[in-house]
Amino acid sequence: MTTTSVAVPSSAGKKFNLNFKDFGIVFGLAAIMLFLTLNTGTFLTGRNFINLFDQAAVVGLLAAAATLCIISGVFDLSSTATLAVSAISGVMITQHFGVAAGFFGALLVGALLGSITGLIVVSTKVNSFIGTLAVSIIYRGLAIVITGGSIVAPLPDQLASFQTWTWPSLLGLTAGSVLMLAMTVVLGIVLWRTTFGRRIYAVGGNQEAARLSGIRTGSIHVAVFAISGLCSAMAGMILASRAGSAQPAMAIGIELTAIAAVVIGGTSILGGQGAMWRAFVGVMILTVISNGFNLLHWDTTYQQVVTGVLILVAVAADGLFFRKSTR
Amino acid sequence: MAIQQLEKHEHASRRTAPEITVSGIGKSYGATQVLRDVTLSVTPGEIHGIMGENGAGKSTLLKILGGAITADSGTMELDGQPVRIATPRDAISHGISLISQELALIPNLSVLENVFLGHWSNRGSLLSPNRDCDHFARLLEETGFELDPRATVGTLPIGQQQQVEILKALARGAKVLCMDEPTAVLNEAEKEKLLQVVKRLARTGTTVLIVSHYLEEVLGLVNRVTILRDGQHIVTEDAGGHTPESLVRLMVGREVDFLIPDVPQVPSEAGTVIRVAGLTSAKVKDISLEVRRGEILGIAGLVGSGRSETLLAVFGADRTTGGHVEINGRRIRPSSIRDSIKAGIALIPESRKEQGLVMSRPVGENIALSTLPARSWAGFVRTRREWTEVKDVSKSVDLRGARPGQPIANLSGGNQQKALFGKWLLNPPAVLLVDEPTRGVDIAAKARIHSIIVELAARGTAVIVVSSELEEVLGLSHRIHVMRHGRIVAEFDRNATRDEVMTSAFLK
Repeated sequence: MTTTSVAVPSSAGKKFNLNFKDFGIVFGLAAIMLFLTLNTGTFLTGRNFINLFDQAAVVGLLAAAATLCIISGVFDLSSTATLAVSAISGVMITQHFGVAAGFFGALLVGALLGSITGLIVVSTKVNSFIGTLAVSIIYRGLAIVITGGSIVAPLPDQLASFQTWTWPSLLGLTAGSVLMLAMTVVLGIVLWRTTFGRRIYAVGGNQEAARLSGIRTGSIHVAVFAISGLCSAMAGMILASRAGSAQPAMAIGIELTAIAAVVIGGTSILGGQGAMWRAFVGVMILTVISNGFNLLHWDTTYQQVVTGVLILVAVAADGLFFRKSTR
Repeated sequence: MAIQQLEKHEHASRRTAPEITVSGIGKSYGATQVLRDVTLSVTPGEIHGIMGENGAGKSTLLKILGGAITADSGTMELDGQPVRIATPRDAISHGISLISQELALIPNLSVLENVFLGHWSNRGSLLSPNRDCDHFARLLEETGFELDPRATVGTLPIGQQQQVEILKALARGAKVLCMDEPTAVLNEAEKEKLLQVVKRLARTGTTVLIVSHYLEEVLGLVNRVTILRDGQHIVTEDAGGHTPESLVRLMVGREVDFLIPDVPQVPSEAGTVIRVAGLTSAKVKDISLEVRRGEILGIAGLVGSGRSETLLAVFGADRTTGGHVEINGRRIRPSSIRDSIKAGIALIPESRKEQGLVMSRPVGENIALSTLPARSWAGFVRTRREWTEVKDVSKSVDLRGARPGQPIANLSGGNQQKALFGKWLLNPPAVLLVDEPTRGVDIAAKARIHSIIVELAARGTAVIVVSSELEEVLGLSHRIHVMRHGRIVAEFDRNATRDEVMTSAFLK
């Protein structure tokens, strides 16, 4: 809610009334990190942080895209199916035209599939939840069709450069992590400062009011799905780069983890509300919890229980605080 | 069992409706008092019409009787016994059933299931559809309806759905039927049929309270008529001595409760800005009108007469099937909101919450929304410039005490409405279409909004105002069009009287 204050820089000074509703989740993340710092000797180390960001890269990219989708009032359940098809295409293009062509080819395929998803959802006026669920099944099927159900890998002499995204780069972080952070910042700025971002909020907040204000609501949704496809392709290339291969069943279910991260961060699933930093915080909370279970040698079977409870708490808090203030 | 059924049958065909007496009924929504101190009694078996202008409180009174809403004050007696009706269930248990404009049926269940919804006959815990069928047949006999009990309700025409609703009320032992605008959605044949059934039910002892805008129809039907005006009870009289004209006089005789600023004359040399020719959509037919620079055209009419739909069609928000709109002699592409905005048309829609504002966003973003490209650089919002312009326009619409960064949901209705005006004033429009400019705002905000409209016109904007408040239309407009059934049926100049305008809105 206060992310809105960013639009009015001159009042930013007096807007630092940190209330729990807006920044509670940041305190939550800080508390978990403090706990792990005090209880393990290994949490607060550079090595572990490089590891943390690398683990967050795939979900982080998907969550950044999911934030745009959810704020504009749609869900994209097809994101990881798009991820699989793009990664597979990327690998196949790599085999013929090299690693760089493969990467850009994957991005092109991702953006194209995202646009198609968007056009389908907008033109059929099907609820996006169901529409993208159906599309995801189609894309997964397509992935099996083009691979014949098997794993695809780049040529052996390409493997080393294909795995670029796992290499250390800026500040020792893996290139995948840097890509995720860069996309989060770029999309965050798009949402925060551009006319496109404003329109995303307006369409998600009140589609009819947006339409009557002269906004092409359909185009906004198609654009958002296209961006989602692009981010999925990036995530797909990071995963393929890590595994050295791609296959039709990759990343199944991660789209839901991404949506969960967005919600945990405090973006309203009702649309028209939220911010990019929230998705990042949500992703980091999920990653740090998983990291903590490992470092503390806790039984990881409980990790799912904790994650589930967290999602419930986040959504319930959204209902309790947010709806009361607008209705 | 047979005896019991026989008794039930007897009971059903000879209803003994109670005498209903309400006294001192009051109801407010926030600061607006919709009913004050209404006292009324309805004799058993009569057909009683409740009449009044838009917003007179007719539907509210009916809903209170039917338990759909509760009164703030007042008492109700049935046959001299005080009763408390707080829910529809209470009302039904006293034999009172409300049939509202929006029918309360379940579309994918059958007629039979809907009629006995929640009141199915059963034996042990098993449903006993045969007994329901017998009961259904008796109800058909009683009303003269022809309905297939197995038909799916959602597939029936609206007139038959209404019949299902009536049967449902009767099946629950209704002795008093409260009907809110029952004929508004019906065609001529369905209407005729309904009126006959109402008469038939009254003959067998059912009391019918009916709210309707159609004066001739009411006069041909009811025994007595009650007139409400501004939430107050004016008279209850025998309908026999009344004519449509005498009813209108009783309905409108009201003092103007607010001041309209002086509306300057339109200069005689002012040219036509907007010309609408034969515009037709699903809701309006053959709309033709012209507005000159600086002129305010008012559109009056009853709720549902197509006023708002006219504005939506002109703005390109509703798909049009014929006709066109010209701005300064240039035709606009039909059904294109973006083209309309580009040509300089602005629309302030009827419902702020549903059509006007993005409630989850701050004031400033809402105001800036329709003119974003005007303050952008390479797709980025120039926030500092936006901030200054929004501040300026906020000042000009008197949006005091509202920071641009504040959530718009936190503003009062009046300030939200001013923000909507501000949104279109960032880039002053050639044509302003305003729908219900002051609905649900307080007196002070109302006065301010009126002066904003007049000032805009004085600076050369052509304005079209739609309002349910006749004073508003009369006070603001240079000319008035009256709509009825989706068409413009009459035109008046500034000197028109309330009576003239109302008469043309109500009568054929």
